[in-house]
Amino acid sequence: MKRFEIPTQIRPLAESFITILIGLLAGALFMMPFGYKPQVAYPALFRGAFGSPADTLETLAFATPLMLTAITFALGMKAGLFNIGAEGQMYIGAIGATAAAGLIHLPPGLHLAVATALAMLVGALWALPPALLKIWRGVHEVISTIMFNWIAFHLSMYLAIYYLAEPGRAERTIPALPTARYPILTEEATLTAVIFVVLAFCIGIYIYLWGTKAGYELRLVGENPEAARYAGVDARRMIIMSFVIGGLAAGLAGASQVIGRPPAWSLYATLGNVIGLGFDGLGVALIGRNHPIGGIFAAILFGALQHGGRYMEYHAGVCSELVRAINGLIILALSVPEIWAIVKRRLRR
Amino acid sequence: MRFVSRLRGERAFWLLLTLILLILAVYGIEKAGLKPVSLLEAALLAMTPLALTAVGECINEKAGVVNIGLEGILLITAVVGVWGAELFSNGILGLLTGMLAGALIGFLFGLVSVYGRADQVVAGMGINVFALGFVPYLLMAIWAFPGIHLFPRELMVRPIYTFFGRLSPVTIAAIVIAILAHFFLHRTVLGFRIRAAGEKPEAADVAGVRIDLIRILTSTLGGALCGLGGAFMPLAWFGGIVKEISAGRGFIALACVVFSGLEPLLALVASFIFGFAEGFAYSVAVTPGIKEIIPFYFINMLPYIVTLLVVMLVIGRRRFPAASGQPYTRE
Repeated sequence: MKRFEIPTQIRPLAESFITILIGLLAGALFMMPFGYKPQVAYPALFRGAFGSPADTLETLAFATPLMLTAITFALGMKAGLFNIGAEGQMYIGAIGATAAAGLIHLPPGLHLAVATALAMLVGALWALPPALLKIWRGVHEVISTIMFNWIAFHLSMYLAIYYLAEPGRAERTIPALPTARYPILTEEATLTAVIFVVLAFCIGIYIYLWGTKAGYELRLVGENPEAARYAGVDARRMIIMSFVIGGLAAGLAGASQVIGRPPAWSLYATLGNVIGLGFDGLGVALIGRNHPIGGIFAAILFGALQHGGRYMEYHAGVCSELVRAINGLIILALSVPEIWAIVKRRLRR
Repeated sequence: MRFVSRLRGERAFWLLLTLILLILAVYGIEKAGLKPVSLLEAALLAMTPLALTAVGECINEKAGVVNIGLEGILLITAVVGVWGAELFSNGILGLLTGMLAGALIGFLFGLVSVYGRADQVVAGMGINVFALGFVPYLLMAIWAFPGIHLFPRELMVRPIYTFFGRLSPVTIAAIVIAILAHFFLHRTVLGFRIRAAGEKPEAADVAGVRIDLIRILTSTLGGALCGLGGAFMPLAWFGGIVKEISAGRGFIALACVVFSGLEPLLALVASFIFGFAEGFAYSVAVTPGIKEIIPFYFINMLPYIVTLLVVMLVIGRRRFPAASGQPYTRE
């Protein structure tokens, strides 16, 4: 454990910051040819994200699902898998939450728990086939999870429109019954108590990975498959564990947008209020160094970009989707292991 | 002769099975009242972007670079292609613009993976996520309209009328490129060097092959072909652009590459199978009598389900270059 001296401990953090800077700089470069002004856009983005306490809470509301979809990807990476299925698992989770929260009648509290649990369960079930295909047929998880994402997309649209549509309101599904809604924390933001469930889940994952034997084995399979095999770790079990727990997280992310997010309390028929959150989680996980606690902070950062992005769109006219492009650029920058060395060399010169 | 021997055995079996299934399918389609010609046209259209992308990626992976950012390149080049077509008021120049944009992204990806020694899977996914945000941003920045853009019909690249029905010139180009790529990889010195760069970079390096240049070249070439496929979608097929126009085709193309074991001709066959599934889905979706029974959402799933099934059946027996996806350092 000599490798973890203080400077090297700060290094990942510094690297994350550098890549975020690179992402923002490149984003500015993409603004200029179209006549947008980064010097107007970025301050607007920052003010939008943290300008007032209400905005900060809204940023947290945006961050909530990202903490979870980041865990889906991070758990895959920890086990040496490239699981990009959070998107589809999240759609299915959102559908599960909508069905349980809108169709069944149960006492308060229990209803909320049932809806949350069902969303997580169906999310995990949707994650299972790619894991099994990987084990039985060696199908690469990149291809299988993407195909399952697209199947989930069409299936969710079908279920939302044919079985869960609200009569007279074609644009969204039936809303969650009041007994199945997470309590709103303040009137000024869309943040609800679901964030506490999500934070508890993140801490749970942290304890699982670094405090239990199963978590240790999962990391071992990812870090050193050979050593894991000699130690008698069943890699196949770890693949399933990583996918299923990732599915639970993604399912909860879907639920958080339906039963934990006013004002709609429902799923849009175009899936508009969940689309993209799974892929956003990928960048969040990488910025957070595939660590569940690091992911919380990275998610807040990206939540700030998303919430602030709407202000940027309003005040500087820059389409808020640029924020997603910046996320992609950050992922690209983080893929380069030597980026720290390259930057240092440049600075020294 | 080498071509024949390479296709012997298992692969020949798959080709034969595909052919039989296609003939049966066409027969069944005629019985069901669909037009086989229009189905073949739809299948060839759907095949084209897949084939171009997959052939490019075959060459790329032969040299040891794995680019899973193809989906993102398809998306971006689709927009840039339309933008170019409107700029030059010419569809074919639009295709070239798309190709150029693809080549640029491929070139940058090559730089990042060769000199940055990047984790290629993460970097590729970075391109995909970038495209997810950049494409709606571009649509707003260029045309100030969210998520969708329709362009004048005159900019469409005209199809050619042949015995097989209407064929896009790009489709013909894709087939020719696949055949050329086969001979390029197996019969030319550069092709041999590309294979060496992916199989045994150390040995190739000692023999005087510049691994870095080869890999950047193939990455650029793969990007260019993918860019042509991307620009093809709006300019010779759909006649418009939506922000999710590629709809997973970049990954279906990766499945073609897996199916082919990096052989361009087999990648062409695979993309025809997947293209057929997609064309079939389109044809079924508008057939009276079927569209009332099967909701169109399920028909939309067909290409993805077929991809999963095919990959499930063939995978695990394919051998990939030893140094695939690994950065190479000179010692």
